[in-house]
Amino acid sequence: MENIFANFDLVLRAFLLTIELGVVAAVVSLVVGTLLAAARVGPIPVLAKAGALYVTLVRNTPLLIVFIFVFVAMPKLDIQLSFFTKGCLALSVYTSAFVCEAIRSGVNSVSLGQAEAARAVGLTFAQSMSQVVLPQAFRASVPPLASVIIALMKNTSVAAAFGLAEATSRMRFFTNRYADDRILIFLTFAVGYIIIVEVLSAGALGLERRWRVSR
Amino acid sequence: MSTVLFDTPGPRMRARHRLYSVVAGVALLIVVGFVIWRLAQNGEFAYDKWEPFFTPTYIQALLVDGLLKTLQMAFTAIIFAVVFGLVFGMGKLSDHAWVRWPSFLVVEFFRAVPVLLLMIFIFFSYGIGEGFGSYWSVVIALTLYNGAVLAEVFRAGINAVPSGQGEAAYALGMRKTQVMTSILLPQGVKIMLPAIISQCVVALKDTSLGYYILAPGLTAVGKQIYGEFQNQVQTAFVVASLYIACNLVLTWIATKVQKRLVGEKKAILVPMVGQDAGSAV
Repeated sequence: MENIFANFDLVLRAFLLTIELGVVAAVVSLVVGTLLAAARVGPIPVLAKAGALYVTLVRNTPLLIVFIFVFVAMPKLDIQLSFFTKGCLALSVYTSAFVCEAIRSGVNSVSLGQAEAARAVGLTFAQSMSQVVLPQAFRASVPPLASVIIALMKNTSVAAAFGLAEATSRMRFFTNRYADDRILIFLTFAVGYIIIVEVLSAGALGLERRWRVSR
Repeated sequence: MSTVLFDTPGPRMRARHRLYSVVAGVALLIVVGFVIWRLAQNGEFAYDKWEPFFTPTYIQALLVDGLLKTLQMAFTAIIFAVVFGLVFGMGKLSDHAWVRWPSFLVVEFFRAVPVLLLMIFIFFSYGIGEGFGSYWSVVIALTLYNGAVLAEVFRAGINAVPSGQGEAAYALGMRKTQVMTSILLPQGVKIMLPAIISQCVVALKDTSLGYYILAPGLTAVGKQIYGEFQNQVQTAFVVASLYIACNLVLTWIATKVQKRLVGEKKAILVPMVGQDAGSAV
């Protein structure tokens, strides 16, 4: 019982690494995913096709296989990166496909009439984008984006299989050492993840309420 | 084609788009070319690295010990998950608070905890040694997670049936169980089916997590092959393609079912933990 609480700093440090992985991967995949979404909804067919191909391939590949590509296959090609960078890379490659789809669904949810009305009242392209279309698209993509980011935080656990000492691999370490307390250890780590997930979803819900568009 | 983002382009815009297309196409080709050149430089296209994937014994190992086991795990997990989801989904819809609250807690717990954490806990606590082994650890972990998600799908599906249906059934004098089993569920299933099939894709992808606890399946066979031939890049490609092919088939079925049963309406989206709307990933 006291074993895990005596080593609670290890638990906290593990969750710090989980959060670091999640935050870095979230920022990178939000940027890459937005670019991908722009390519997919844009007027240039080559880019739209390439974006669609990327999304289809990545979304249907298990995250673990992406990790195998990055951690097992890439060193064979003489690409040397630190463990943390590789973890972020694998998570970002995977998550950006989902971010792209979330943003695209947001853009698609804005009805054509909005843009037509904007043009009809004489707004320029830049005005119609910045004042009418994108604000609505952005708000509509908040809930799906939140789901993607929550899934990303849970997915950081896969890094445990590749030698990063984040929360899940720390749980394995504790259950190895204090096998009698394994249920308590599991619950402690589960609660840690639940807190992360609940904080994120409460934040998303707040944003959603605040920015709700009436349709 | 006019979209919400831009008008139908005129002749000058079309010419500019053509130019951009060419530039983007060339840029993409350069990227792809660079990757292929890099792979070739490393001798990754050498036949001996691809040899296991042309050797019948290894193909058989990949397909039988790998793919078949993986599909089996995913299928078993989904079957159990549907049962789990039905029980707890109905529990969440119950009129009795003492049924509703525990169901709610169980569902929220298993949706918020990473599958790998669950799998590791199950395997190293109950699966190892005298326990039920890694195969069932994967199946149980996937059942709990996907079951929790499916509980949410079932709840949403039942709620999506027009309320007049249930009310009419009550007015005819049916009891609660009758209303659920002969009026709401049959109509709800139609709405839920595409979401259930999409969840199969998630379950199939998550079977790969068994890699950590040395469970049988595609990743395990892959690990053996690249351990023997040192062909990590090639094995990763082959295993990924097998997963992608299976998932594309499932997605294709889901779209067919969606078109056939629900029409062009949107599929039900399952919100993440504690949220109002969104989509499951």
